[in-house]
Parts: sequence; structure tokens; C-alpha cells
Amino acid sequence: MLLDEVAVSFPVYQAGSRSLKKRALFHGSGGRIGRDAHQRIIVEALRGVSLSLKRGDRLALIGPNGAGKTTLLRVIAGIYEPERGVVRTRGRISPMFDVSLGIDAELSGYDNIRIRGLLLGLSPRAIEQHLPDIAEFTELGGYLDMPVRTYSAGMILRLGFAVATCFEPEILLMDEWILAGDAHFLSRAELRIKRFVGHASVLVLSSHNLDICRRWCTKALWLDQGQVRAFGPVDEVIADYSRSASS
Amino acid sequence: MLAKDIPPGRLSLAVADFAGAVALWPLWVRLGWHDILFRYRRSLLGPFWLTANTAITVIALGLVYSEVLRMPIRELMPYVCIGLLIWNFISAILHGAGEVFSGAESYIKQVRLPYLLYVLRFVWSKTIILAHDFPIFIVLILCFGLWPGAVAFAAIPAFLLLVLNGALISVSLGLLSARFRDIPRIVTSLTQIVFLVTPILWTPEMLGPRIYLAYGNPFFHLIEIVRRPLLGSLPLAEAVWVSLLVTVLNLVVAVALFSRFRARIAYWL
Repeated sequence: MLLDEVAVSFPVYQAGSRSLKKRALFHGSGGRIGRDAHQRIIVEALRGVSLSLKRGDRLALIGPNGAGKTTLLRVIAGIYEPERGVVRTRGRISPMFDVSLGIDAELSGYDNIRIRGLLLGLSPRAIEQHLPDIAEFTELGGYLDMPVRTYSAGMILRLGFAVATCFEPEILLMDEWILAGDAHFLSRAELRIKRFVGHASVLVLSSHNLDICRRWCTKALWLDQGQVRAFGPVDEVIADYSRSASS
Repeated sequence: MLAKDIPPGRLSLAVADFAGAVALWPLWVRLGWHDILFRYRRSLLGPFWLTANTAITVIALGLVYSEVLRMPIRELMPYVCIGLLIWNFISAILHGAGEVFSGAESYIKQVRLPYLLYVLRFVWSKTIILAHDFPIFIVLILCFGLWPGAVAFAAIPAFLLLVLNGALISVSLGLLSARFRDIPRIVTSLTQIVFLVTPILWTPEMLGPRIYLAYGNPFFHLIEIVRRPLLGSLPLAEAVWVSLLVTVLNLVVAVALFSRFRARIAYWL
């Protein structure tokens, strides 16, 4: 997986005019607010981001709110095609950004597993093959025959995680929410991820929980205002990040 | 330098998007179904509420308009019925097309799927609705003893052409509406006007010397190519030509817009 000088900016059509005062006062962590050639307001969410990951790498994305972590995940997933720069990935990508995507609360757990599997690009036959494995991991038992509206948020999370990881994706992308599960789920999730990262996969995790980043990942990328502040082994980058955050 | 380093052109990316969307048919067939079931969940008749609604409208309008227009009910009712069924399909497409992409925002922002998948899902679900309504027409012509004969099969390619046009206009309107959120509102008001000026509840002959008002209306021809065969005669050659011309124009606009702005959709949402 390779990213070279990737830049992404979003046009904001309803922001109205921005005064000089607002600009002068802006010192936050978010992407820089600028104007494009047509004098439209744009948010430069990512600027010149380069990184390369190889098989078995587990990358933690860290940085303050609005630094561009989720945008970067979406760029890797191919959702935002960058304006400048190149993104190259090899292998099947499994994005896990929104736990409730494609979940129909009136359908049973099994039916929702099928829809989610299709959304992630599985063939109907592959889904049926993986169904017992998915059902086993969710530990939902009889609940899988019930409509999903009877589930708790944590149960939906388990279902989503089980589907996203069932086919050992080559690239797994995870946003914060995955860490909302209980301790039992987290330890099982960690085990499952360790297992398939062992078979040559890449994990990219965006999180504010530095403990989990250290435990799950080998490398870290520190983003700030859409730019790379540091990229390297997880312990070094997190140490730098914590120093800057506390100062 | 090397051929593989040249980024693929916009048109070929658009074509790849289309091929990818078609290949994912198990997904959009399923999602399209759920779109309909979702609305009628836990109701007794389910999607057949659609059929019931249309049946009531057809009977009421058929009865009233055969009086207003002083036409025999046996002639007007099947004409009004099939005209309304086709019009319901067209207007459902025009009303919903603006939200093809903006309504799928949660999908588009979470997972990379071909964009045209959302168009296929949309047109497919509207086609299912039409299929639910179609038995009304069959019952009606059976009741009146008006079997159209083999010429009715000419309605099949005509209907496919109509569906193709629906898909193409959904691409264009969906794209434009994702960027300019006023477009769906404009289309909604125009659709109402089109319904009133198009011969659906009345026949073009009633325009007398002003029949060009019907013949200048592309919607009239698109309806005619499907309606005529089902009522027992072949469509006029000019209706076929106008429909083909509309399709070509539609195709050119949709391909141009989609290949130019496909990558921007995610940013607009």
C-alpha cells in the first residue's frame, strides 16, 4: 500500500464569506481553510501525505480532532479520490467505519450479515460459506434469528466486526467506534486481528486510545492539520505525541 | 513512459464503474427490494398497497373522465389505466432521481462501491412497483374482453427503452442534484406540469388542430411506444424515432456528466 503526496480538499458551499478576523483567530487542529481558484471556500483536509505500508504492518493514526484521520482512512478505502497525489493499494479492502451501515433493523441478524457481506464485495456463495464462522464469532446465538432492532449497540458492533473480518481482508481499516465494545469483545477482536495480520495483511486503525494503539499496532502516523507530523515505530511517535499534547 | 503508469481516462473509469455495478447485481437487487419492503413493513397488504392505490385511482379517473370527455368507458378506461401506470413509473423516476446519490450518502461515505450501483438499485425498485401495478391492466382488459394480441409483445423492447431512459436521467439528475440541492424541487414542479400537458387522461386527438402540442412532447412519444402495443396496435414510426433520439441525447448527457464528475460525488455529499 502506497500513498504519495496525497492532497484532499473539500469545497464548502454553505460557509458564506469568511472574515479576516475569523482567519486570524483560527489556530485549531483542523484542516486549513483556504480558497480555490474560483474563490470558493475549501477545507484542505489533507496536504502532502505520503506513506507506504507493507504486509504485516499495523498502523495507528493519531492526532487531535479534525486532523484528517477519518479522511485519510476514506482516501485509503478509495472513497475520496485525491485531487493530487497517488494512492496505490493491493488486495481486498475491508472498511469498518460505520457499524450501522446497511443494517436494516427489521431484518434478522442472518439477513443483515448477508447484506453486509454483499456490501463488502463478497459473493452470495462465499457469504453462506462464512456464515457459521461469523455466527460463532458474534456469540449472539439465538439472537441471530431475531430482528436487529432487538439488539444492543454492542451486539450490532460484534455483528459488523465479524462480517468485516470473516474473509481475512488484505487491508482492514478501522475508525474509533470499534473500541466501543466490552473488554471481552476487545480481547477476542484483538486475537482475530493478530491472526490475520499474521497472514500478510495490513491494518490501519484510527484512535485516540493510545493504549490500544500501542497494543495493536507496530507503526504510527501522527496527523496534524492534514499534514504528517511524524511517521515511524509506534512507541516513538506516541511518545512524541504525548509530549506535545501535554505541553 | 510505461503504459501502466498512465492513469486511466475518465471515460474508461466511468465504464469500469458501470461494469462493476452490473456485476454486483445480487446487492442492488436485494437493496431495491428492501427499499420497497421497508415502506410497507408490518402492514397487512405490504407492497400490494401500491396495487390497491393505483386500482382505486384508475377506476375513479376512468369513470369520471369517460363522462367528462364523453367517451365510452370500455375505450377510455384501459387507455387511462396503462397511461397512468407508465406515467407513475416516469414520475417516480423523476421525483426520486435527485436523491439517487444524496440519499445514499451513508453508503457512499463508508464503503467504495460503483456509483451506478445506486442508480440500478433505484430503477430496479421503481420497476418492481410497476410490476405490482401491471396486473390491474390485465384484469381490466380481461373484464372488457379487449385482448391486444401478439402485437403486445412490441411493448417489451419499448419498455426496456423507457427503463434505459429512466436510468440515464437518474444519473444526470442524481449528479446535478448532489451538487445543486435545488434541482429536485425544480424537477418536482415541472413533473406536475408535464403530467397535465401530456395525453394520459385524455387523447391527443382532442387537441384538434393543435395536435402538435402532443407531438412536440417527448414524454408523449415515450408513453406511446409502450401504450399502443398493449392496446392492440403498433406505435407510429415517429413515436419510435423521437424515443430513440431522446435516448441518444440522454445517453450523451449522462455519459458526459458522469465521466466528468464521478470522482467528485463523494466530495459533494
